[in-house]
Amino acid sequence: MGVSRRISRRKFCSASAAAAVTALASPLPALAQSAARIIVIGGGFGGASCARALKQIDPKLQVTLVEPNRTFTACPFSNNVIAGLRSIEEQKFGYDKIAASGITVVALEATTINAAARTVGLADGTSLAYDRLVLSPGIELRFDALSGYDEAAAAKMPHAWKAGEQTLLLRKQLEAMDDGGLVVITAPANPFRCPPGPYERACLIAHYLKTKKPRSKLIILDAKDAFSKQRLFQNAWKELYPGMVEWVSLSQGGKVNAVDPATNTLITDFGNHTAQVANVIPPQRAGRIAAIAGATDNTGWCAIDPVTFESRSAPNIHVIGDACLAGAMPKSAFSANAQAKTCANAIATLVAGRSPAAPKLINTCYSLAAPDYGISIAGVYHPKNGLLADVEGAGGVSPLEASRDFRAREADYAQSWFATITAEVFG
Amino acid sequence: MKALRAVIGLATVMASSLPVLAASDPPPGAASCSGCHSRGVTGSSVSRLNGRDAGEIATAMAGFRNGSLPATVMNRIAKGFSDDELRAIAAWLAAQK
Repeated sequence: MGVSRRISRRKFCSASAAAAVTALASPLPALAQSAARIIVIGGGFGGASCARALKQIDPKLQVTLVEPNRTFTACPFSNNVIAGLRSIEEQKFGYDKIAASGITVVALEATTINAAARTVGLADGTSLAYDRLVLSPGIELRFDALSGYDEAAAAKMPHAWKAGEQTLLLRKQLEAMDDGGLVVITAPANPFRCPPGPYERACLIAHYLKTKKPRSKLIILDAKDAFSKQRLFQNAWKELYPGMVEWVSLSQGGKVNAVDPATNTLITDFGNHTAQVANVIPPQRAGRIAAIAGATDNTGWCAIDPVTFESRSAPNIHVIGDACLAGAMPKSAFSANAQAKTCANAIATLVAGRSPAAPKLINTCYSLAAPDYGISIAGVYHPKNGLLADVEGAGGVSPLEASRDFRAREADYAQSWFATITAEVFG
Repeated sequence: MKALRAVIGLATVMASSLPVLAASDPPPGAASCSGCHSRGVTGSSVSRLNGRDAGEIATAMAGFRNGSLPATVMNRIAKGFSDDELRAIAAWLAAQK
């Protein structure tokens, strides 16, 4: 199966653009073993990692990365940007090195998928054919889930759950707030991107407030009764920001049912909270292309095979990262990267006509309670009963009792992790 | 000796012409390591593992697992692997550039 229509040259930003266009435009024999065509949609931690891993495992694979943005803005460490501890520029990564490694980078949005014909339609009307497709579309924020919270409301009450302009908007609002103001963060029910993220954000905003606006308060309105690294975060709030951070659980009336952006009000069954700065993290689902591909189930997320990450509903389509339901694995950048490499190995094995062995995967998530106070959660996962399950006896969180030196070391490892993973993916 | 070299040479050519080498597939868990452990030389506080002695890696992992070697997170991770799995991961990492 060849490419159904010629792709215009200027749409490619590959270093070897001309060669890639020629290769794609000429009808290819279906020699899956020597020249399988793999398309990866989504250039974040999952997709970009997967494209690179595929090319490293087998340089003969024809790997195309479809990502409309020329720059990727990373979410991990974006809470530091919100707290004024880091520049947004440090969060930005380009695709030049990926293109230079022999991967065809197509800077267009994928708009349609024909799973039967194995083609991906692009925003300019052209299409690409594949033997295997990898979807790593991240999340879509649900602007239909919380009454009053639509895209217009997000310009007033930022979610800052996709890094970029929203991150900077929340930062600006915190800078403009008077000392003594109320900051409210709303946290969604599970599952959602970055389970410890809202609580790390509370810590780092509190760090900013304690330093610059010490009479201010921060309330977390939560749609849950429990959250990731809970005791560690609660201890850190007590130890580092006494009297400043309040967590309102689901059973205490924390679930926000509606918002009023005109007055910055968050409405719960138990009463209203009017904030000077309202950070609304809404419910989420898999990025839109996953539903277009027929890879989502009624949860809005993508069920996958835990060995190959192939969709349970869409054959030859693999889903990795935040969009997939990976059982016990959380929706983190580390998970997305680990899944990407496992999926790439499985695809290379499948196109070679072999069966992939059962993998094991690792996740490690660091959070900062303060710039020099890191905490972590880790897990080891294996396929079990059709899901990725925790390996019993492994994983868990940082010790509840630990020296500040231990916390400082974890903060340092967090920084190292970010430098290493972004170098592996984009460098 | 010459004959042996020729055989090795031929094997290398044959091996490199295969699309995927079963022997080079990372053993369970190994692909995740590079999330933290840099493949390149950086100013990272986390040690580089690629190309390191397999015995050294396996011994460290065994130490993390039984608690004899202090750690922040590797103790929690090492507990997810058997001796055989740790040896396979160590050998694979040692063989990586």
